[in-house]
Amino acid sequence: MSATTNDFDAAKIARNSAGARVDLVLVSQMVTRGAKVLDVGCGDGELLHLLGESRDVDGRGIELSREGVNECVAKGLAVIQGDADTDLADYPDDAFDYVILSQTLQATRHPRAVLEHMLRIGRHAVVSFPNFGHWTVRLQLLFAGHMPQTDILPYSWYDTPNIHHCTIKDFVQLCNTIGVKIEKAVALNAWGSPLRLNAPWWFWNLFGEQGVFLLSRKD
Amino acid sequence: MVHVQPLQGQTAPDVPRDADHPRDSLIAHFGADKPLKLDAGLELSPFQIAYTTYGTLNADRSNAVMVCHALTGDQYVAQVHPVTKKSGWWETLIGPGKSIDPARYFVICPNVLGGCMGSSGPASTNPKTGKPWGLEFPVVTVRDMVRAQAMLLDHLGIDTLFAVVGGSMGGMQVLQWAASYPERVFAAVPIACATRHSAQNIAFHEVGRQAIMADPEWRGGRYHLEGSNPRRGLAVARMGAHITYLSDAALHRKFGRKFQDRENPTFSFDADFEVESYLRHQGSTFVERFDANSYLYLTRAMDYFDLAADAGGTLAHAFKGTQTRFCVISFTSDWLFPTSESRATVHALNAASARVSFAEIVTDKGHDAFLLDEPEMSGIVRGFLEGARKARGLTGR
Repeated sequence: MSATTNDFDAAKIARNSAGARVDLVLVSQMVTRGAKVLDVGCGDGELLHLLGESRDVDGRGIELSREGVNECVAKGLAVIQGDADTDLADYPDDAFDYVILSQTLQATRHPRAVLEHMLRIGRHAVVSFPNFGHWTVRLQLLFAGHMPQTDILPYSWYDTPNIHHCTIKDFVQLCNTIGVKIEKAVALNAWGSPLRLNAPWWFWNLFGEQGVFLLSRKD
Repeated sequence: MVHVQPLQGQTAPDVPRDADHPRDSLIAHFGADKPLKLDAGLELSPFQIAYTTYGTLNADRSNAVMVCHALTGDQYVAQVHPVTKKSGWWETLIGPGKSIDPARYFVICPNVLGGCMGSSGPASTNPKTGKPWGLEFPVVTVRDMVRAQAMLLDHLGIDTLFAVVGGSMGGMQVLQWAASYPERVFAAVPIACATRHSAQNIAFHEVGRQAIMADPEWRGGRYHLEGSNPRRGLAVARMGAHITYLSDAALHRKFGRKFQDRENPTFSFDADFEVESYLRHQGSTFVERFDANSYLYLTRAMDYFDLAADAGGTLAHAFKGTQTRFCVISFTSDWLFPTSESRATVHALNAASARVSFAEIVTDKGHDAFLLDEPEMSGIVRGFLEGARKARGLTGR
């Protein structure tokens, strides 16, 4: 199970005054105008639509859920039904400028392989994910003694599609392990505002509800 | 069981021969100066293509949509069929207010080469002998069909198609269009099809052909000359094929084990079951409108279809550098052209960096679903074409 529309509760994510999800706006701002973009786990196509409208990108999407795909295609978006874990292998090297994985990493079976494929297919990768090191998550496990449930991660442990949670610190470590360059990193708090840029990693790891990373190959 | 009304002013369905002079159709004639080069290494000349159109071609000739029909379809896509008097075979998708609206698009639907409703085929008159071609007609391929359609497009003065749309064998033509003439196809919608015909599908076709050829009335394909017609053979071929267009679930839902007009089995080989009666009906109505030799030729064309083989063995090479936008559609219960075939097409298109959408629609209606009223399919085709229209700068009409 991976890359579905239901990986987390999008309705609980903060939106800006124009009604756009703040995390998606942030992702879109990391993409250069007119770029060729693959959105892995594109859901109902909100990010692809935003990228098309605001950044004039040539966007494609992969989505696991049939409803999500059919909704996207009916909106005129170039989206195919597929699985991040199995279908990225079919794409040739350097096919895209950016490959985006928005709020989907934690639902993949092989996050490391997915990340490696993303940076093979695209020159850049943008990854956003819910930070499992956030203080509310930590407190639930520490004091309540149960698997954490939050606004954006509302699932019980037994029915969650999210099988590979990580913290911002974990993700940075994975990037180092596979030799990926972090071009830019932003942590958003629960209200969707970016945390102070000069804050240390431990601060982000504790107070960032989501991490958004722009990555590139180290060469 | 089925009473076919004699057509007015006719004594038999092959007089006045729709194969040469189809009713309610336009015909493009290609003379000696425009021979059709065939994959078999021959040239066909003269030849003709029958077609219908709906809507109006716009001033810059950029709103043409070609609709490709399936094995037993024809050009009567959105109008009453002159022989069966039934409504057009894709009126669920094409018509005023529908996904492909003639108010927006100039729709062209040709009868395929090798067909029997006015395009040159085995049932047509061989101009050299003045008699029906029969098996003297050269064996044609899907690529030949599309080559003839491209000549029709030249004849109409249209450079680029806004879209090519089709299901099953029609979908094969769509894929062939995109592979042969990428610069002439802005958008392609191949539905319920594959880039090659599978061994299982070739096997089914062979059973159908053997049924026709085993009918003594077939007369070695010379039935037109000898005043006979292999109706039984063609009907059996149709019955067999029709099962492959449905699904176990759909057959069960529609017929189950219900008896036809009786309470108990008759302990005979009469059509005791509803499903038998239904198939016999399908077979007997089909022979009134279709030519047996044409069935041989068109099934053969599908068998030979293999885009990867044409591209040196790698499917992605068939679409190398394509700028066409694709919308591939499959159905969950289609076992003739299962989703895995469409997925292989999509993988090849991705490998060619093509702009592709792919949707699988949940239905228990089998392969035939593409011809039925499937709101999800209509919505997807509409949305995809709308997006392509914006990209093409066709909005505002």
